[in-house]
Amino acid sequence: MNFDIALLLIQDGLTNGAIYALLALAILLVFAVSRVLYVPQGEFVAFGALTLATLQQAKVPGTAYLVAGIGAVAMVVELVAALRERRRQGLASSALLYVVIPTALLGLAVWLAPQKPPLLVQVLLTLALVVPLGPMTYRLAVQPIANASVLVLLFVAVAVHYALMGLGLVFFGAEGWRTPSFVSAQVALGPMTASAQSLLVIAASAILIVALWQFFGRTLWGKALRATAMNRTGARLVGIPTEASGRLAFTLAALFGAFSGVLIAPFTTIYYDSGFLVALKGFVGAVIGGMTSYPLAALGAVLVGLLESFASFYASAFKEVIVFSLLIPVLLWRSLMSRHVEEEHDE
Amino acid sequence: MKHVTRLAASAALAAGLALSAQAAAEVKIGVIASTTGPGASLGIPYRNVYTNLPPQIAGQPAKFVILDDGSDPSTTVKNARKLVDEEKVDILLGPTFTPGCLAVSDVAVEAKIAMICLAPVVVPPAKMPWVYSIPQSVPVMIAGVVEHMKANGGKTIGYIGFADGWGDLVLKALEATAGPAGIKIVASERYNRPDTSVNAQVLKLIAAKPDAILVGGSGTPATTPHIALKERGFAGTIYHTHGVIGADFIRIGGKSVEGTIAPTGPLMVAEQLPDSNPIKKVALDFFAKLSPAYPQVRNAFSGYSYDAFLLVQGAVTAVGTKAKPGTPAYRQALRDALEATKEVVGTHAVYNMSASDHNGVDQRARVLVRVEGGQWKLLK
Repeated sequence: MNFDIALLLIQDGLTNGAIYALLALAILLVFAVSRVLYVPQGEFVAFGALTLATLQQAKVPGTAYLVAGIGAVAMVVELVAALRERRRQGLASSALLYVVIPTALLGLAVWLAPQKPPLLVQVLLTLALVVPLGPMTYRLAVQPIANASVLVLLFVAVAVHYALMGLGLVFFGAEGWRTPSFVSAQVALGPMTASAQSLLVIAASAILIVALWQFFGRTLWGKALRATAMNRTGARLVGIPTEASGRLAFTLAALFGAFSGVLIAPFTTIYYDSGFLVALKGFVGAVIGGMTSYPLAALGAVLVGLLESFASFYASAFKEVIVFSLLIPVLLWRSLMSRHVEEEHDE
Repeated sequence: MKHVTRLAASAALAAGLALSAQAAAEVKIGVIASTTGPGASLGIPYRNVYTNLPPQIAGQPAKFVILDDGSDPSTTVKNARKLVDEEKVDILLGPTFTPGCLAVSDVAVEAKIAMICLAPVVVPPAKMPWVYSIPQSVPVMIAGVVEHMKANGGKTIGYIGFADGWGDLVLKALEATAGPAGIKIVASERYNRPDTSVNAQVLKLIAAKPDAILVGGSGTPATTPHIALKERGFAGTIYHTHGVIGADFIRIGGKSVEGTIAPTGPLMVAEQLPDSNPIKKVALDFFAKLSPAYPQVRNAFSGYSYDAFLLVQGAVTAVGTKAKPGTPAYRQALRDALEATKEVVGTHAVYNMSASDHNGVDQRARVLVRVEGGQWKLLK
């Protein structure tokens, strides 16, 4: 191994690490706010990549129908709940969120897709199509059991993962897709050349991470999310609607997932079931951060990316073993360092 | 009057017997295909042959009972038991993935029913009486790659394959055939299907400076190292396995897979075969017969399904009326007839079975193809 190869490996590791970092933050955010270990995060990656790939062939992506369909189901659930509670408030906003917007998106996709719009429009349309699936998932799967134990929520998350993966097979088919690079240039960076696409991924991830940080620090909603994450009961007492917080967290997670999907689509062939493994590496990053600290989770995810890159070089057959074994020393170290806290029983 | 009633009754009885005899003459063929789950992209073309064939075999009525196993070996076993115990099928075709084949082979031996596995599997002698597997074995295919490389003066080869059973099989076949041909394996790397980057492995491969590289992948994920190798400027020949043949490989690989050489069954390039090759006619007949109902019929997997059907057809003809379908004697007779298969021309191979060979293919089951102008072309 020489210096050049080491630089290339670092570049590769950082590119993947940046994507894992986005996923790690999303998983952490959802866990902090709603206590759900978000297993289906990977599906949003696959949906984002596949939607973009379908749009690039000037076809209407399956997600457009999926959003309209799941939206309709969510609306029915909402109506039943309203009928049972004999309330009418909130129905208008639900109708807007679950019926009007998805239908408008479906119309937009059917109208725009055959015209082969510029790449930026395709990316925005992809995000618009995939992101609503986040809050819909929350409404259908999590909200009715929001106060259940962490274990029950984990089971539900696994079920949602399988359901979304199955829907992915139905709507995108079993074959994989790969999109052309957004930018194909090579950039000279001191002693090495980096592909512009890698730099784009790192920059885009960094911008999104900074935006999330600003959102948490400066906006009312960001602070509400942080408050919910710290203490759900307390947050409710001071008037923060925990359901809205959960919905927002799932929306952000879907945005991060779909965006990662758009970013990795030019690097590899994405299948309907590819997202899980990618998100799992983001999860390892989040665990390194102790499932509490955002900066540590992001750093951990970058570390996973670098480790993966070097492990692929030295012992490619054992790459995944090495990456996932990293969890054991990290968990050991964390359990030795942290003092034991009694489980919360009041949930 | 009494007399007439008795006559009518016996006539009705006779008619009933005749009817039941006719119903029993229906040959029941059990099919297990993975039409959902990770194996779905292969399982669907495997199944579509049986849903589109007319319900008869060798002039006898036939019924295909098709079950999906979701690419899960435990479901495969459940399906096999259901087919044997409830449906009373005469023969099993499938499953369509290797772990499923291994799992079901025990059921076949126990229930004394012949099964033709549609995925490549090495049949151990203990299961030999009942288990058949028709796809070309990996060494048969890889030997073609090694021969081509030797003929073109290659001395060193690098390997990159899936970090799973398929990658292992291909590497073992390469190790077994490259050594005797005087070709040295200078690097051996692994990757996973959903990997977002294989740059690290590719750097190591290129550093070993091999004359050629063999990619032990399948389907579109096999393009990932290929594209990375081209991006890093690898100029030697890149060989692939028969797992990549299909339009999707070229769709994803685009320009960078131009010049790829891979072994495949003759069916994939049927039109380009010389007229002297008996496989050409069978393959073209197959396309003509199924393409009206199933336009994407031209793929390796549907070919295996059809070949299995042809083998069963040969066996059913050989058994004739010696035993009744639905009986253990008929199952035994079918198995014996399958083992006696001689020179049955299919779409992939000319099959010759024997007590010690339940794969039945030879080098006629392999041709080399090259990607030229976005098409798979027969390499002469």
